[in-house]
Amino acid sequence: MRLILAAHLLSVTFCCYGQVAATSVDYATQTITHALTQEPPQLNSMKATDQVSVEILGHVMEGLVRYDRRGNITPGVAERWEVTDSSATFWLRGDAKWSDGKPVTAHDFIFAWKNALDPKTASEYAFILYALKNAEAINKGELPTSALGVTASDDYTLVVTLERPIGYFINLTAFTTYYPVRRDFYESRGTRYAADAKDLIYNGAFTISEWVHSASLKMEKNPHYWDRNSITLNAINIDYITADTRAHLNLFIDGKIAHTGLDGETYKDALTQKLRINSFTTGSVFFLEYNHRPGRATGNINIRKAIQHVFDPAEMVNRVLATPGNLPGKSLFPAWVKGVSGKFRDEYPPPTATIDLNKAQQYLSAARAELKDIPPLVLLVSDSPIASKQAEYVQGLLLSKLGLKIVVDKQTFKQRLAKMSSGDFDIVGAGWGPDFDDVMTFGDLFASWNLNNRGRYTNPEYDRLVRVAMDSTVPTVRMDAMGELQQILFDDAVLLPQYEQGIIYLQHPKLKGVTRRVFGPDPDFTYARVVK
Amino acid sequence: MLIYTLKRLVAGIITVWFIATATFIAMHQVPGDPLMNDKAVSDEIRQNLEQRYGLDKPVSQQYLIFLRNMLPPDPDFGISFTQQNRRVNDIIKDHFPVSAILGLLAITFATLGGILFGALTAIYRNRLPDFIIMFLVILGISVPSFVFAALGQLLLVNVNALIGYSLIPVAGWGTVMHMLMPSLVLGLGTMALLTRLMRSSMLEVVNEDYIKTARAKGLSPIRIFFKHQLRNAILPVITILGPQIAAITTGGFVVEYVFAIPGLGRYFIQAVQQLDYTVIMGTTVFYGAFLVLMVITVDVLYGFIDPRVRLQ
Repeated sequence: MRLILAAHLLSVTFCCYGQVAATSVDYATQTITHALTQEPPQLNSMKATDQVSVEILGHVMEGLVRYDRRGNITPGVAERWEVTDSSATFWLRGDAKWSDGKPVTAHDFIFAWKNALDPKTASEYAFILYALKNAEAINKGELPTSALGVTASDDYTLVVTLERPIGYFINLTAFTTYYPVRRDFYESRGTRYAADAKDLIYNGAFTISEWVHSASLKMEKNPHYWDRNSITLNAINIDYITADTRAHLNLFIDGKIAHTGLDGETYKDALTQKLRINSFTTGSVFFLEYNHRPGRATGNINIRKAIQHVFDPAEMVNRVLATPGNLPGKSLFPAWVKGVSGKFRDEYPPPTATIDLNKAQQYLSAARAELKDIPPLVLLVSDSPIASKQAEYVQGLLLSKLGLKIVVDKQTFKQRLAKMSSGDFDIVGAGWGPDFDDVMTFGDLFASWNLNNRGRYTNPEYDRLVRVAMDSTVPTVRMDAMGELQQILFDDAVLLPQYEQGIIYLQHPKLKGVTRRVFGPDPDFTYARVVK
Repeated sequence: MLIYTLKRLVAGIITVWFIATATFIAMHQVPGDPLMNDKAVSDEIRQNLEQRYGLDKPVSQQYLIFLRNMLPPDPDFGISFTQQNRRVNDIIKDHFPVSAILGLLAITFATLGGILFGALTAIYRNRLPDFIIMFLVILGISVPSFVFAALGQLLLVNVNALIGYSLIPVAGWGTVMHMLMPSLVLGLGTMALLTRLMRSSMLEVVNEDYIKTARAKGLSPIRIFFKHQLRNAILPVITILGPQIAAITTGGFVVEYVFAIPGLGRYFIQAVQQLDYTVIMGTTVFYGAFLVLMVITVDVLYGFIDPRVRLQ
């Protein structure tokens, strides 16, 4: 869900929990207080796309399955399930209830899915439902929503027909867009659905008891939640909403919040204050993406290979980012991605380029011979401070090592996106975060049909390998294809991996059991508790 | 007086229309696409989004629709692009009162402080209190509010740490205690401005003949100060108070950001960054109308305070 284009570090959720005084954590009432960087823009699960909304929804809603504390799939509303090549059947638990006491039924899932796919809803995440039979055709307006391959054989049995065999289907159903929505409630709220606390109905571990826009959001333990005995916290209070990271740090030091993210600046202050700093690798990969469109200098492979041989991701992580938790980028596939039986990275070690100036020069002279004249390359980046730092580093590096001129084009969020999709760049600082637990959440990014392939890289062999991995459910066949694909990404220097994003944060020592997740709601306080 | 007021009102309405039109044109010139997000979407979804916000129509038609919806008695600015289930009217209704309270407190601080310090500097002209206050005034005018905001917050953190008790909250909103520091910070610039204005205006008054007469009559200095000097010197201060109220109530973005205050300022600024067309138009027109209204109010009030204005 979290695709993070460009180093948009500031938009990463900073939650926050306190430190000294009693207000940020309370043992007796099991209450914690924290802060958000922005208020959730969209709590309608069928339309939510951003990380803050997904974080809140993950606390107050539950899908068929959910992630446990270790990040593994565990039963949610569905007690058990059976997935075959052509279908999936879910048996829902009888004690799953909405916050008004009514049962959660198979119809609630069907309604949500059909609604999300309805082109009128214009859900940006509808594509994640494309695993369902006819879903894509419905989303394109070619078929009515009634054609969706999903039925309820009774209130508690949900039968899904799949578009094609898909080995990781169960992982998809943990995603926000797959959450249930109750039709009568949804229709009673009209366009105001999810606009306020009273305009939403909950089936998760918590309910939103109070929501003052841009000021506070209070969550209380849901007395109707089927697994309420596993929930220790009685209340999660978000009392502060601001993007100012320094305000977050000040609130933490003042004992008002129990958890807070840090950025490069506040990190230094936290170090001076001798606060205990935690780090976490988010599972997102940041890279430089080239423009492969015809007529662009970066369409020339020799230029890209030359850059590959001078850019050292480790140096970027240590000298430019200089905060804990970041890992040097090695491939499009980050370190956590699972392979056949272990980690993908161990089974298919990513090829790496040696830092070799001679080799780089050779590639460059080949490029000069082919292109005659290399114009200054436009490096498109976001306007965040960290993105500027990275851009300046790349600019200096390429000029000093290769004599390549780089023009840094700093743009605000929407402008950068517009330039990315129109192809108005040579290199763009981009990033990708996983939506679900499968190698494919990264693998199809550079397929010729993928709209997020902003550099318009096209390679029939790459497309073929993506199809192999999509159409097969045999792990070795899929992973072999992805291994080959990883080699193509390197050989063609399609992108230049920079780093796997790490975030740093402070947490109250009495607050335990907070789960940090690569996918799904992060940070997750569902199973957190306050110790004495 | 009535005709004067009416004239001012008509001019005000034209001003608001002009603000709305200029903003509309400028907004559409900003590069970027309001409907574009992190994830690329298919053409079908895009078309549906365009339809929802009326962006599928020609810009001229969008403008006419906007104008029609904006008309009283029931102006409707549509739904926000970023918070798709919230109406812009609701955003203004929810968040303007917060900005207004903050602004009014700030202006109270600023006016009381400005008049007091301005009068003091005039009385102690070219003596130590004058130098100290005028030095602070230059600081107040030249240091931007985000610096004061950050310093103010840091001060609170340290004070709280020193006394081991959270006396004044470092951020947040809800109680009077929450409002103290942000409104003080927000009012500082205006306070400095008013101090200078009050000082020069007082200095002018001090040498007037009627003050000499009052002295000659043997009135007490306190009576002269309040009854004759202050009342005559305060007029220019009132003149700029109207626009200043509007500026402070609308310009609190940085303070709202640092102190986590749910005011309208952050929507005003973020809307521009996110190209949220409806919120941009809604907040700009609202703030524009508010500014114009404040100016008119002051003009009319001025007529009551100083009859010479009416005659002109």
